[in-house]
Amino acid sequence: MTKAELVDKVSQKIDLNRKETEVIVNSFFDCITQALSDGKKVELRGFGGFRVKKRKPRTGRNPKSGEKVTVPEKNVPFFKAGKELRNLVNKS
Amino acid sequence: MTKLEITQEITNKTGAPKKLAEGAIEEILNAIKDSLSRGESVNLKRFGKFDVRKKRARMGRNPKTGEAAKISARRVVMFKSGKYIRGVVNTD
Repeated sequence: MTKAELVDKVSQKIDLNRKETEVIVNSFFDCITQALSDGKKVELRGFGGFRVKKRKPRTGRNPKSGEKVTVPEKNVPFFKAGKELRNLVNKS
Repeated sequence: MTKLEITQEITNKTGAPKKLAEGAIEEILNAIKDSLSRGESVNLKRFGKFDVRKKRARMGRNPKTGEAAKISARRVVMFKSGKYIRGVVNTD
């Protein structure tokens, strides 16, 4: 499913035209993005949660030259599926 | 951040009535759940991609008792964050 298809589905369900639905859908994902960039957690009951995980700095290697390089500490977005979603996906 | 706070944000930003924003959030999550439960991935440009992965059965350990236990084959939800959001969580 792509975002366009998602907008279509939501649009039908809430009985709102595509344009306006798209604004709301975008706003929803922007909200989550903003929260994560502020370092906040997002909890969506029945679905799952988003948070930011810290990755420690490490020494990596340039796969081409074999040279050692230091990879600095960084933050990565992380999603954990909730119980309901986990069961739903695993059922069929 | 919870659904309630996201509802408020969407209402503030788009001017959509609270009830409509609430309904939209539920339908967005339902559509994603639906798609994933059918084993279909959900690709949301900029935000990220939800994917269903098959995991083989493996031996694990009960972390409490230390007993070995078989973990059955299962399907799990994976989230790969988009480049944009990965960038955004790394800028202060």
